[in-house]
Amino acid sequence: MSTRRLFAVALVVSLLLAGVASYYASAHPDGLEYVAEQTGFSDAAEDSATADSPLADYQTSGVDDARVSGGLAGVIGVVVMLVLSTGLFWLVRRREPRDADADQRAQSEA
Amino acid sequence: MHVPDGFLDAPTSAATGVVAVAAVALSLRGARRELDDRTAPRAGLVATFVFAAQMINFPVGAGTSGHLMGGALAAVLVGPWTAVLCLSVVLVVQALLMADGGITALGTNITLIGIVTVAVGWAVFVLLRRVLPKRVSMVAPAAAVGALVSVPAAALVFTLLFSVGGNVSVDLGAVMTAMLGWHTAIGIGEALITGLVVGSVVATRPDLVHGARPLLEERELELRTGVGP
Repeated sequence: MSTRRLFAVALVVSLLLAGVASYYASAHPDGLEYVAEQTGFSDAAEDSATADSPLADYQTSGVDDARVSGGLAGVIGVVVMLVLSTGLFWLVRRREPRDADADQRAQSEA
Repeated sequence: MHVPDGFLDAPTSAATGVVAVAAVALSLRGARRELDDRTAPRAGLVATFVFAAQMINFPVGAGTSGHLMGGALAAVLVGPWTAVLCLSVVLVVQALLMADGGITALGTNITLIGIVTVAVGWAVFVLLRRVLPKRVSMVAPAAAVGALVSVPAAALVFTLLFSVGGNVSVDLGAVMTAMLGWHTAIGIGEALITGLVVGSVVATRPDLVHGARPLLEERELELRTGVGP
């Protein structure tokens, strides 16, 4: 499989997970929330400072249909993640040695 | 496992914040060795996939659920330093955009989900890669075991943090038992997903799997000695 094709598959799977499958995810409290309830410290939880943000709790504010609201938030999240993380890793990466040589040559010729 | 604001007191949250900043700074340096023109886009995609997969809570028995953490998965696919950065970006986006995990708890969440699961998952994976047969088919099972261990390890570290700086005094033994029990169950889900995803990539393009690279290099050497005079 070509790298490009594998990338496309991974991106489509991510979009489907966040945009469609997330609606069917378990709504039960997660392990930590459950333990907090059982052992009596769940009341210590405070609302996040971002609790009123437009995508809080993976729901898009202003969209009533739960399926669309959650799916849209998921898809927006995936796009934000792709741009932010790829941008970060592109900045952090080491430059190809060939390019560095070319840069050096260009500099010494200048 | 996303810790909300309020569970841990300010000094503990500040301390985990310092740990998180230090680990991200170290990882930014370490990741330079793992990232180049070809691997950088791949790492972005892995971070994106982990974000999406974390939205899928799966049930684990009596009224509880869990989701992938993805530390072991990211470490095996793109390398441990890059994995810490992948998980950190996921956690920042979740906290700021989705209100998933607290803001003052961001350092705690990066420590637990970004550092502990990556470090433990990768360490177990490398150990198994050393002792298991040197075959590419061993990569996915080794990754799965690393994933399995990484989740209760993060639960253990949370409990230790809570024993130091919990805002509510509760029976810590009960917290420890419940956290380890439930997160071992969640770890089985983590292991299944990690094994499935790593196995799929290994089956199609093993050269794209960071953790498979030493095995592939050995295989190439064997092939060369085979065709030699």
